[in-house]
Amino acid sequence: MENATGARFAFTPDNEARFQELLRRYPTKQAVILPALWLVQKQSGWISLEAMDYVAERLEQPAVEVYSVVEFYTMFLTEPPGEHHIQMCHTLTCTMRGCESLRAVVFDELGIGPGEKTKDGQFSFEMVECLGSCGTAPMMRMDDRYFENLTPAKLRAILRACREGRDPVEAAEAAGA
Amino acid sequence: MATRIISARFDDPENWRLERYRANGGYASLEKLFSMEPDAVIEEVKRSGLRGRGGAGFPTGMKWSFVPKNVDKPRYLCVNADEGEPGTFKDRQILEKDPHMLLEGIIICGYAVGIETAYVYVRGEYDFPISRLEHAISEAYDAGLLGDNVAGSGRRLDVYVHRGAGAYICGEETGLIESLEGKKGQPRVKPPFPAVEGVFGCPTVVNNVETLSALPWIIGHGADAYAALGTGKSTGTMLFSISGMVERPGVYETEFGVNLWEFIESSTGGVKDGKALKAVIPGGSSSPILTAEEARNVSLDYESLQAAGTMVGSGAIMVLDEDTSVPELLRVLLRFYAHESCGQCPPCREGTYWLYEIATRICEGRGRPDDIDLMLSVCPHMRGRTVCVLADAAAMPTESYLRKFRHEFEALIPKDPPPRRLLPGGVNPDEARAL
Repeated sequence: MENATGARFAFTPDNEARFQELLRRYPTKQAVILPALWLVQKQSGWISLEAMDYVAERLEQPAVEVYSVVEFYTMFLTEPPGEHHIQMCHTLTCTMRGCESLRAVVFDELGIGPGEKTKDGQFSFEMVECLGSCGTAPMMRMDDRYFENLTPAKLRAILRACREGRDPVEAAEAAGA
Repeated sequence: MATRIISARFDDPENWRLERYRANGGYASLEKLFSMEPDAVIEEVKRSGLRGRGGAGFPTGMKWSFVPKNVDKPRYLCVNADEGEPGTFKDRQILEKDPHMLLEGIIICGYAVGIETAYVYVRGEYDFPISRLEHAISEAYDAGLLGDNVAGSGRRLDVYVHRGAGAYICGEETGLIESLEGKKGQPRVKPPFPAVEGVFGCPTVVNNVETLSALPWIIGHGADAYAALGTGKSTGTMLFSISGMVERPGVYETEFGVNLWEFIESSTGGVKDGKALKAVIPGGSSSPILTAEEARNVSLDYESLQAAGTMVGSGAIMVLDEDTSVPELLRVLLRFYAHESCGQCPPCREGTYWLYEIATRICEGRGRPDDIDLMLSVCPHMRGRTVCVLADAAAMPTESYLRKFRHEFEALIPKDPPPRRLLPGGVNPDEARAL
């Protein structure tokens, strides 16, 4: 499989402790698959084939069960994302309020379209379905947080801040609503 | 007059902390709760008329009463915080601004139904709401409100956050249960209903965040006070997520029974930039659309919206202005359902995919003269023919968009379509169909 790294995966001691706590929360080991995969993704940024096998082994589940779960859920990443992973909403309200022009701004600033990653690995980008932030549309999720009420100018400020190593949240605030 | 029950404390920026929530009157219902018999609590909730706020509108007390009494198995509560219906962003407000209100509701449900373990299934993208909820849970354990002796009642209740991973279908209650069990979120055939056989094969209550959050007020003020609000079978208040082309989108609470458009206008300031109103989607992406005239003449409650051919759903109101293209919106809507179909039922998997393909070619100027009728002919083959209602949720709005705004679709379809591409082997597809 393409997402094999050839390197074995194991939880860090901190995540091992979290994993042990998870085992106490559920009456079956199978139920720990999703939370364990989240731990993997927190630790590595994505989920490799070896990590899936590791989770299956630790939870005594058939590996194919873990593969199919990873495949089913869109948030589980099966290849390494960029340092900043952009998920831009393109469902109803975000469409009404201009997400298509934001997508153009991403291409203009970064030279990538949906499903692509910049050559330097700094950004990856995808268009996603509704993120439950329709009151503050258009919006995107990046680095585990929401950036809302976006305008082309605000988005440019956010992307440039990331590229220059500054705080994108501050840049967004400075660019206004 | 806006009646605020769920959003009463939203304006207090510190209310998410236990100390402040208590100062604001939080957890006051527990003393009364533990003085009541569990069955009396179920009766009280039944009498309040509270209905599920996740979209289906099923009476909450009745749902609880389906849980069998004499089964020697643990019972579970699954709190549905998957909030995936496009247009909906109200549960997120509760998790961020008033997480203890939800925990108080969970305690009430747990006591009434005899539940010792609750899982709050939160959609995976909600990092910040999850952090607020986890903070509240840890405060509640430290204060003895959760754990092995809930508020000194001798009852046990554990609450855990379970994080989803990006699948709309996990908001369907049996999809949620499958996902919680560690599987793909593919809905189950019912019966058995979750109340009898839910998560881990045990009796399970699945309730939406907002539904549970109404319970502290209902227990505190009594079912009669709640039932006195609203109208007919739509008692109490509900949070409405209003978005789209309005001046001030946001979450607004109202009693049921107000005029739909007047409520939207008075809460949000009306259509953005003084444009004309084209249409209103009243209850989330799954609800059939209302024309401007219909929206101005309908009351916001379960019965009235049902009579108007649509629904309250999850309370997600989306407003279209005169410049919004209905065909483009339908294309986006169908892309959503095609993406989110779990794939187990062919009418849904294939139906959403083909409706999306046809809507796309219409929007791109490649539509064929019979495409509108073709789409309308697909919809009845999707409705009511699948394990869950995702297919219905795609077909119902599709039919309404096509019927009420047919002229917009017709305008995009070329009058003299280019000749159809021949199939392999030089076969003309129209001639082939006639064979």
